[in-house]
Amino acid sequence: MGFLTNLINGISLGSVYAIIALGYTMVYGIAKMLNFAHGDVIMVGGYICFIAMNNLGLPPVVAVLLSMVGCTCLGIVVERLAYKPLREAPSLAVLITAIGVSYLLQNTALLVWGADPKAFRSIVDLPSIKLLGGQLTVAPISIVTVLANVAIMVGLTLFTTRTKMGKAMRACSEDKGAAQLMGINVNTTISMVFAIGSGLAAIAGVLLCSTYPTLMPTTGSLPGIKAFTAAVVGGIGSIPGAALGGILLGIIEIFAKAYIGTQLADAIVFGVLIVVLLIRPAGLLGQEIREKV
Amino acid sequence: MDKILHMSASTRSKLITYGMVVVAFVLMQWLSSAHAISSSTTGLLVPICVYVSLAISLNLVVGISGELSLGHAGFMSVGAFTGIFAAQLLTDIIPTPMLRLVASMLVGGAFAALAGFLVGIPVMRLHGDYLAIVTLAFGEIIKNLLNNLYAGFDANGLHFSMTSAQALAMEGGKIVINGPQGAVGIPKLSTFFAGFLLIMFTLFVVLNLVDSRSGRAIMAVRDNRIAAESVGIDTTKYRLMAFVVSAALAGMAGALYAQNFSSIVPKKFDFNTSILILVFVVLGGMGNIRGGIISATLLTVLPEKLRFIGDYRMLGYAIVLIVVMVFSNNPQVRLFIDSLREKLLKRGGTNVPADASEGGDAS
Amino acid sequence: MTRDEGTYRAQAERARGQEARTEGTYKAQAERAAGHTVQEATEPKRHRQQTKMVAPPNDYLVPERDALFTPVLECRHLGIDFGGLHAVEDFNLMVGKTEIAGLIGPNGAGKTTVFNLLTKVYQPTRGTILLDGQDTAGMDTARVSREGIARTFQNIRLFDSLTVEDNVKIGLHNQVDCGMWSGIFRAPRYWLSEKEFHDKALELLDVFHMADNAGDIAGSLPYGAQRRLEIVRALATNPKLLLLDEPAAGMNPVETEELMDTIVRIRDDFQIAVLLIEHDMDLVMGICEGIVVLNFGKVIAKGTPEEIQANPQVIEAYLGKQE
Repeated sequence: MGFLTNLINGISLGSVYAIIALGYTMVYGIAKMLNFAHGDVIMVGGYICFIAMNNLGLPPVVAVLLSMVGCTCLGIVVERLAYKPLREAPSLAVLITAIGVSYLLQNTALLVWGADPKAFRSIVDLPSIKLLGGQLTVAPISIVTVLANVAIMVGLTLFTTRTKMGKAMRACSEDKGAAQLMGINVNTTISMVFAIGSGLAAIAGVLLCSTYPTLMPTTGSLPGIKAFTAAVVGGIGSIPGAALGGILLGIIEIFAKAYIGTQLADAIVFGVLIVVLLIRPAGLLGQEIREKV
Repeated sequence: MDKILHMSASTRSKLITYGMVVVAFVLMQWLSSAHAISSSTTGLLVPICVYVSLAISLNLVVGISGELSLGHAGFMSVGAFTGIFAAQLLTDIIPTPMLRLVASMLVGGAFAALAGFLVGIPVMRLHGDYLAIVTLAFGEIIKNLLNNLYAGFDANGLHFSMTSAQALAMEGGKIVINGPQGAVGIPKLSTFFAGFLLIMFTLFVVLNLVDSRSGRAIMAVRDNRIAAESVGIDTTKYRLMAFVVSAALAGMAGALYAQNFSSIVPKKFDFNTSILILVFVVLGGMGNIRGGIISATLLTVLPEKLRFIGDYRMLGYAIVLIVVMVFSNNPQVRLFIDSLREKLLKRGGTNVPADASEGGDAS
Repeated sequence: MTRDEGTYRAQAERARGQEARTEGTYKAQAERAAGHTVQEATEPKRHRQQTKMVAPPNDYLVPERDALFTPVLECRHLGIDFGGLHAVEDFNLMVGKTEIAGLIGPNGAGKTTVFNLLTKVYQPTRGTILLDGQDTAGMDTARVSREGIARTFQNIRLFDSLTVEDNVKIGLHNQVDCGMWSGIFRAPRYWLSEKEFHDKALELLDVFHMADNAGDIAGSLPYGAQRRLEIVRALATNPKLLLLDEPAAGMNPVETEELMDTIVRIRDDFQIAVLLIEHDMDLVMGICEGIVVLNFGKVIAKGTPEEIQANPQVIEAYLGKQE
């Protein structure tokens, strides 16, 4: 039964990674930047939800919505102030700026909420479900996480293929110049991607903190890096790739922790990334773009 | 005097860089012997030297070779722990602390070079952001492995384990590396003078390499990989060369750094340390060795001097970082800087190599 | 493919050159053509009917002065697919030792793809490339360069942040040796090699009147000078065959005239072959000895400039079908 429990936990953690990875993958696809601050948006989302539930006494659904609105605004503001002026800059400059934003968010959180970990109360306040005559215990939050992941994936796929805005996003990630000539407002589209990515990060933050209930200013950084790894494993720029990479890494991480050792689990997750990139340099579902000579 | 006027611009530029380091060293040495600086500043001298060396060595990869590496601290840690181990093993063989330190730095550099080579073989198959993310992954893997490494020595020889200190089965002897606790009871061998020598050596290696057949090949690959291949340059070889030399120098710096403290944990050399070094390089101007030296010094001293403002310190650091990046990449500001540089150049009448920042673009 | 006038001419030339060819393949071909096979003499039992062996139809064409030498380049049935598309198909070409050859065709015909195949930027899906008689299968771009193919690019690819002199020195990379350790520790080898690099680079730049620009940053040169520097850098690799991808693009008629002189001078001074892609027909007809026309990845005509100009298929490819 240990195997099944681990598998369920793995898929649940992987779903969180997948939702975070979506933010990375969409931003990278359109702005070609590694948004290192994305992980810290997760942390901010967690804090907003925590404050809304514990200090304001709001119901979980409202708290999650509030958290999404907060993070979406944060995403748009950060993009406007820090990234937009660097649209033509070398990618390393953008990367360093993103790291600056990451430090900024972490240290602001430190000043506002303090360094002490907060005990996050799960948004799903239900008893665990016992299956197979009590041998298998499933936390309701795991089910919610997986369902949320599926809903988001389906929703985003429909959004990018069916709506005008979604098509504009795909056009911009193919070729910004051509998209602009077709009358697409590239700046608005990029802002939109940041807004969606940050809104998703809020959901991911709430789900992550509900499963692993310690919340502190650095909560987002390691899951952020791992989710980014997941996005690269799946093939950066690809929505199904983010789902695949996220769930794969979640399962591998939980199994490595269970059967090999907690200390080495992260090394194994990163090892998987390296192996995948060596076999498929653009990730599992990514498309390799060759430089034209 | 006549000779100085007639030497090439690159030779003059090199001499200025060496001279700057020597003057800074002599000045600090004089100030500290005259007790004109506080003990907290004196304590910063070795870390400054370490970070300056790291900035120079990372510049070889990021600025000269044009590859974004996010795992420099990993090589630093390989050098640190192998260096500590070597120094403890050599305690009886090399009694002179300074020589022992040099020996341990060489061992640290050699092992870091080996790690750089092993990491570099797969890494060099990738490009751009993919390469960056894999160096990040390797940095984390190295940290994780060191977190699980137990090593010691006794009369029977060396003992290694990846599980626990008990598994070493030591008979007396000494446990040098104790898993997540890292190394404790390290004899303090590092000195400011050793740090100065390390900077000079790092400068010597990097500047000479850049100004040679191999260095030109490295820069050719950075500027245009396809053109470099078309003139018969083995691009993998030269990218790997820059990566391994840089790793070796980082390992030496790591060995010096670790032996400045009584204990050191693997966690010290994490992603944030790699980023810290990268920030020195980027703020100093990619490919600009002298700029890297200055920014590494300032950014090591300032946060320490600003300890009194407490938690606002890192907040300020973050804001400065964002503002500097946004402003320095603003087209109007860039134009202004370029015109300023042109004016200065006209007055100087020399031909200074162009800013390589475009070539260092990670994409 | 219809066998036009050029084909027969090529065969005639081949026949003339045949006696002098010592390479195994050519010799075997010659023997087969003469009608007696080696097998016949040694084989005790015959399980076959008597076959008449002939030389296969061959539309190779080289200048008469090069006929006695191994051709510097020979492509046989060269082809590459991108996905399902045959970008280049059954490409056959022979370039003589000191020939100036032209590769022309409408946009998107696959001309640059042929260059990329020759320099192994792409690995061919089918076919063989012989460089000076040596098969280049399995080689990579750098190796092909060392074996003797140098090229310039349609969209100029210089080492933009380095000086003009450094660009040429990088071209000389495999002509002068100095290892990493000698370079770092300033061994005597380093000083000797640097002098050699400097002297050779300036000598080459001088040939093209660029010695005065040696200290300039390559990326800041005017367009025409950048094109010239690319040629100098290519020549620095000491090639047997120089590939020029649209060398006259963006040049005015006066500059093009100069370029034509330069190309002919390169061939005469360095005694190498030149294969060039060009849309400027004055240049192509003015200096090319043999011309290959490519359309939709296939060779539609080969011959001398006069033959190409009169070829109805070529006219159709460029101007569309005449009613």
